[in-house]
Amino acid sequence: MSDDPRTRTGGGAPAKTADRSGWPLWEVFVRPRRGLAHHHVGSLHAPDAELALRNARDLYTRRQEGVSIWVVPAAAITASSPDEKDAFFAPAADKVYRHPTFYEVPEGAAHL
Amino acid sequence: MHGHHFPEPGDGPASGLLGQVEAAEAALRAAAERGRPGAPDGAAGDTDPQEYFTALIEADQKIEPRDWMPDAYRRTLIRQIAQHAHSEIIGMQPEGNWITRAPSLKRKAILLAKVQDEAGHGLYLYAAAETLGVSRDELVELLLAGRQKYSSIFNYPTLTWADVGAIGWLVDGAAIVNQVPLCRCSYGPYARAMIRICKEESFHQRQGYEILYTLAHGTPAQREMAQDAVNRWWYPSLAMFGPPDRDSTHSEQSMAWKIKRFSNDELRQRFVDMCVPQAEILGLRIPDPELRWNPERQSYDFTPPDYAELMRVISGDGPCNRQRMARRRRAHAEGAWVREAAAAYAAKRAARATAPTEVAA
Repeated sequence: MSDDPRTRTGGGAPAKTADRSGWPLWEVFVRPRRGLAHHHVGSLHAPDAELALRNARDLYTRRQEGVSIWVVPAAAITASSPDEKDAFFAPAADKVYRHPTFYEVPEGAAHL
Repeated sequence: MHGHHFPEPGDGPASGLLGQVEAAEAALRAAAERGRPGAPDGAAGDTDPQEYFTALIEADQKIEPRDWMPDAYRRTLIRQIAQHAHSEIIGMQPEGNWITRAPSLKRKAILLAKVQDEAGHGLYLYAAAETLGVSRDELVELLLAGRQKYSSIFNYPTLTWADVGAIGWLVDGAAIVNQVPLCRCSYGPYARAMIRICKEESFHQRQGYEILYTLAHGTPAQREMAQDAVNRWWYPSLAMFGPPDRDSTHSEQSMAWKIKRFSNDELRQRFVDMCVPQAEILGLRIPDPELRWNPERQSYDFTPPDYAELMRVISGDGPCNRQRMARRRRAHAEGAWVREAAAAYAAKRAARATAPTEVAA
């Protein structure tokens, strides 16, 4: 959802972090009750994973927003860089044969 | 954002505003679906970053943390979001003042939940500010040093239980009117935080309204207490929208960048027009002899707040500025050893986790 400058990039400008507290930043992902996947909902500072999890519960699920929480140290996330996104994602566009609709199914062949 | 669709009473005082929040959220999703402007093959790499930034804003797309942005845009957002975050944290004090003295267990539990929300709002906003390349610690230091501001409204004292109701109705009401348009702010992380916050604020506003309604329909003494609270909070709440347009320094540029969508005076008018019918239902009087419907403008004429007083309060000379800051500084200073202990404990456990296990000979 958000390409974050706090994470290290796979190239381009180095991330700018200015954390002097000794309390690292954690990114929080929550899976909603009937959701299939965890979504990024925000971030928080905490001294360790256990407290990050507990604070994430208080902060991001006060109204039963989810049934599962992941916390990840922000420093452990590497993000793609917006400057190179064209080159990075371009190969997807010229490989139409990756889509099932590219292939014609002969008349009469069922269950394909 | 996802997963906080609260059941809708639908006819509450903020239902129209909640509808606008929903619409902003839908627009945010639609913009993401549309994709960003640029050549069909997505080649934005060769365009001038300033031009691309402008094109994103024109197309009502969101600026995201790693996009190029003008320095002044970044600075103004840091200032605004930090001030907003500080306000949530300092704003816990006037209401926290009544937690131990709430008149029933139900009211006490509700007030605790509300103050807890405010801490949460502060944290969402600090997190949004951090995406702009500052750290929360830096912002907290700027607040404690008095170099960044918080909303003037929190420098007024809460003298009676009815003030908790007046804060919910008027202060949170003004905050919602101010913040609903920010759900469409051009900076993505701020817009997403505001969508979440506005939904929670509407609980605060209705909770305050219910307190005042109960008091206004109670004993004569309770009614008088409610009216007195409204009398004291009305003008400071009007001042929350900031100085009049002619004196507002940041407005024009912020509106061009789609950080703000409406001017201070437009939002103030919207707030007055919203409050008048709500006050009638409460059976309480808005303390303004000049308040009357203007059929030409299809709005209420009203007495503006005392802007000289607003300036005094902002510059640190309101009734409670010193006390609010002293408390925040003391909590920060006296909590230092706890923060250090937590960091030391985390470091010790991390070291143990990575230490080679000793093999017995």
